[in-house]
Amino acid sequence: MAYPSDFQYTKEHEWIKMEGNVATVGITDYAQSSLGDIVFVELPAVGAELTAGATFGSVESVKAVSDLFAPATGTVTAINDDLTHAPEKLNSDAHGSWLLKMDLKGAPTGLLTAAEYEAFLAEEGH
Amino acid sequence: MGAKMVDYSGWDMPVEYPCSGGLVQEHLKVRTGVGLFDVSHMGDIRVSGPQALAAIQHISMNDASKLAIGQAQYSAMLYPKGTFVDDIIVHKMADDDFLIVINAGTRDKDVNWVTENCAGFDCKVENLSDNFTQIAIQGPKGAATMAKLTDTDLAAVKPYWFTHGTVCGLTGTLIARTGYTGEDGFEIYIPAEEAISAKVWNALMDAGAEFGIAACGLGSRNTLRLEAKLPLYGHEISDEINVWEACLGRWCKPEKGDFIGRDALLAAQAAGLQKVLVGLEMRERGIARDGYKVFDDAGAEIGYVTSGSPGPFIKKNIALAYVPTSHAALGGAVKVEVRAQRWVAEVVATPFYKKPKL
Repeated sequence: MAYPSDFQYTKEHEWIKMEGNVATVGITDYAQSSLGDIVFVELPAVGAELTAGATFGSVESVKAVSDLFAPATGTVTAINDDLTHAPEKLNSDAHGSWLLKMDLKGAPTGLLTAAEYEAFLAEEGH
Repeated sequence: MGAKMVDYSGWDMPVEYPCSGGLVQEHLKVRTGVGLFDVSHMGDIRVSGPQALAAIQHISMNDASKLAIGQAQYSAMLYPKGTFVDDIIVHKMADDDFLIVINAGTRDKDVNWVTENCAGFDCKVENLSDNFTQIAIQGPKGAATMAKLTDTDLAAVKPYWFTHGTVCGLTGTLIARTGYTGEDGFEIYIPAEEAISAKVWNALMDAGAEFGIAACGLGSRNTLRLEAKLPLYGHEISDEINVWEACLGRWCKPEKGDFIGRDALLAAQAAGLQKVLVGLEMRERGIARDGYKVFDDAGAEIGYVTSGSPGPFIKKNIALAYVPTSHAALGGAVKVEVRAQRWVAEVVATPFYKKPKL
């Protein structure tokens, strides 16, 4: 799986795509693959304040629950309602199925580039 | 196979096989076709000798005297207080020769328990766990898959019976019509040599190809057994839970005479049950998981979930839970706490899934 170079990544396996002050957030292909069949996505409401590094929701597969960690600080402006009815889209297209959009508050730090994330996965033995 | 592996009781075990399409696909294949499980982690103890039957009767709750040669029974070994050492399957190989199949996580404890408690009988206890690779062929197409690799008349082997036959050229292979999925199927016991195990595994995968056979991991093994309400040690049964609470009285035969745990069980029965295992179906969106707390309508904590998951075949979010007998009536509502939110669940009849009658 190629990790898009216009995304940045966290070690908790979220991706973030930043366009000016607006960011789109999702989970990585590695995350969906480790979770397996995703059956449930729990997202914050529009207007919720996210803090970088803090949990903002969860993704649940048949076998496990996994917390979602905010890659950046800011305010949620939209959530992907599609995932409420069809959470399996995260399995079929993790990089095309965004979770939420947010207005950034300040510039996020500590994110990985695609190459760095792939190196991180390799290092972790994935 | 490119399986995702996990450490399970010291065994490096596959959770799911991406090549099979993952947990849900594996689960559905077993319900509708056939799936293959490497269950070599299960342990095997042989008890043989002039007093083998008496020893088995002493250490297990079911009545092994009812077994014919070639027949197996679900049973359990109990502590004196009527709680579980482990649940087991007892196979009667000969009048003086029994094979007990035990769980992986309790292997050392079980071997010690059997050894200690059979010491007063004229019999020999052998731990054969490392001698066998155990493979489970499960699902409605299990028999058709097996039939290609053996000359044994499989139709003559009824559920919970076994025979010895040639499988993939291996003579004297133990073939049992048992399993842990709620489906028809077989478990075979072959010599624990990697080359032999791989050869048989691959032959079974080839034989089942026309039925879309799936290699299955621990993940689907767990969801399959949950839908069928088959207990898992450390979850539905443990050294803290007695036979009546676990609803396994059907396999407990106090009328056979004395056995370890009998007195305590009779006393517990007379005293009345405090808690009991029930099936739950989530009525709201949360998914109950192992260890989640159960509450009543008034907000009082009343119990806990032992196993919970989406049921991939029945397509409902299900759970098994211990609740007070006062909350065990079918149709009653309880709440399960899922990450700080409490969702309504209904007490439902179990098993959640029953294989269709042919």
